[in-house]
Amino acid sequence: VFASPDELAAALDGAGYLPDPGIATAGFLALRLGKPVFLEGDAGVGKTAFASALALAAGLPLIRLQCYDGIDAAQALYEWDFPRQILHVRRCEATGEPVGDLYDRRFLIARPLLRALEEAPCVLLVDEVDRADDEFEAYLLELLSEAAITIPELGRIAAPAPFFAVLTSNRTREVHDALKRRCLYHWVDHPDPEREAAIIARHLPDVSVRLSVAVASAVARLRSLDLVKPPGVAEAIDWAAALSALGSDSPSRESLSAVLKVREDWAVAAAVLP
Amino acid sequence: MIPDLVREARRAGLAVGTDRALAFGRAVEVLGPSGLYWAGRLTLCGGPDDIAVFDGLFRPSPVGARRHPVPIGSSRGRSFFGAASSASSSSGPAVRVAASDAEVLRGRDIAELSDVERAEALRLIGLLRPAVSVRRSRRWRSSSRGSVDPRRSARAVLRAGGEAARLSWRRRRSRPRRLVLLVDVSGSMSVYADALLRLAAVFVRLRPRWTHVFSLGTRLTVLRGPALDTSDIPDWKGGTRLATSLTAYLRRFGHRGQARGAVVVIFSDGWERGDPVPLGVAMAHLRRLAHRVIWVSPHAARPGFAPLAGGLVAALPHIDSLVAGHSVAAVSELARVIADA
Repeated sequence: VFASPDELAAALDGAGYLPDPGIATAGFLALRLGKPVFLEGDAGVGKTAFASALALAAGLPLIRLQCYDGIDAAQALYEWDFPRQILHVRRCEATGEPVGDLYDRRFLIARPLLRALEEAPCVLLVDEVDRADDEFEAYLLELLSEAAITIPELGRIAAPAPFFAVLTSNRTREVHDALKRRCLYHWVDHPDPEREAAIIARHLPDVSVRLSVAVASAVARLRSLDLVKPPGVAEAIDWAAALSALGSDSPSRESLSAVLKVREDWAVAAAVLP
Repeated sequence: MIPDLVREARRAGLAVGTDRALAFGRAVEVLGPSGLYWAGRLTLCGGPDDIAVFDGLFRPSPVGARRHPVPIGSSRGRSFFGAASSASSSSGPAVRVAASDAEVLRGRDIAELSDVERAEALRLIGLLRPAVSVRRSRRWRSSSRGSVDPRRSARAVLRAGGEAARLSWRRRRSRPRRLVLLVDVSGSMSVYADALLRLAAVFVRLRPRWTHVFSLGTRLTVLRGPALDTSDIPDWKGGTRLATSLTAYLRRFGHRGQARGAVVVIFSDGWERGDPVPLGVAMAHLRRLAHRVIWVSPHAARPGFAPLAGGLVAALPHIDSLVAGHSVAAVSELARVIADA
């Protein structure tokens, strides 16, 4: 649909996401080559937002899977609906109908990954893949490289149309190279102050340009300090919203609660803020 | 042009397989020659460290390429098998030690041993097979007791043609707990650090995915691979900036999740040249993240030992256990403490 990364960038812009050239190129290649994108970066730099904007820009539904420690095939891929199978057997007993095949598609509950496959074309977001354990990564390999899932009782289910996967990671652990090799890799940096000011203005149309520029440069200054948790874009937006609600036109110490959520960081930040 | 760049990337240390090279070719095809930089970066890199290496191939950096966090101690690209020489040298000088000699050796301070005895002591440490600390996972396994396993029970009912069958049971599985070893490699510690690195290598071999080893000196260095070769440590036998390197660990790895719920072992004599307050702050932070914090001091077993070193005094309130690490016996005791944590 998109002829160049710039065209996709414009469409993402229309979907409320201001991309930098790198992420726009990654999204463009993902759509063109059908390769998954693996986005890594600090919390709050807009990795998840990119997936929803990509879905919106490409006019595709978004299916999201949030990963967590211990997630397994039954929660991510599919599960057999045993109560239904048993009820089916009972009903057949009562009515005398033949039972037929119990491992049939209608007794299968599709979890997000299988759903994405069946509902393709769509955008699949596998969020915070680093939170899942490494056994889980193995479930993704066939899905991402072949766009198919093999269910032992049923056989191989392949996507009817290409589907586009976005994987995100906060890098709390190193994801296995077998998974990364199948993806385009992009490290998402914090935006520069000009882009950040534009992002704030985009999310909060009521906030004055002056305030969004001031917040963006203050956040950039905070990131240059030695903080336990440097603020992300989401915090910058929260901060601008908080300041605007307070009727203030420049970042102040009193409103730090919107930006810094570690006690030790307050003392460091208070020293540089008015 | 593409094969050249792939070759150059490989020479620079990027792990570029055929599939990555192929993806690169297809990306260039789609983007055209002007998109060479992004096509290469998106397909040939696998981590922020790789990006720094890749950018090095593009000099002067193209428009649109941004700065990237250069990892602390970017001693990347070490071969997993590259350290075979050090492993074989440890078995080099053949020492025949009678069982009683080994027992004597176990209790002696490593710093007071001769080179031959020390090599034998390190070999003894390498022979340890410690248990590993476990945590309960959210995953299930079948068991003869526990709670009812609905999935397996239902399958049994289906197999019995709809008749109520015997119930199956399940329990939570247990997984190894993550282990983080931070080893002070300053001059005063180097003899003992060798011994603890040997123990670390044992844990890395036992549980490669669950063990993370770092050296603390004037900077933080990630140690990878089964042998943990000391030649990879640029500040080996250098000075110590304990608070700085520990804070660097927390910022880059610990707070982001690696130290969360982990057993963290710090091996240091606690001599901090500068102000001890930052070390106390970092230790308190570490204590809030970790499951257990174990401090190993080579001097803790000395008669009349009192934790007087400035850094150790600051760290003491945030430590779960203080253990000695001066002899083979002490190191094997440490392995037991780690397993019980």
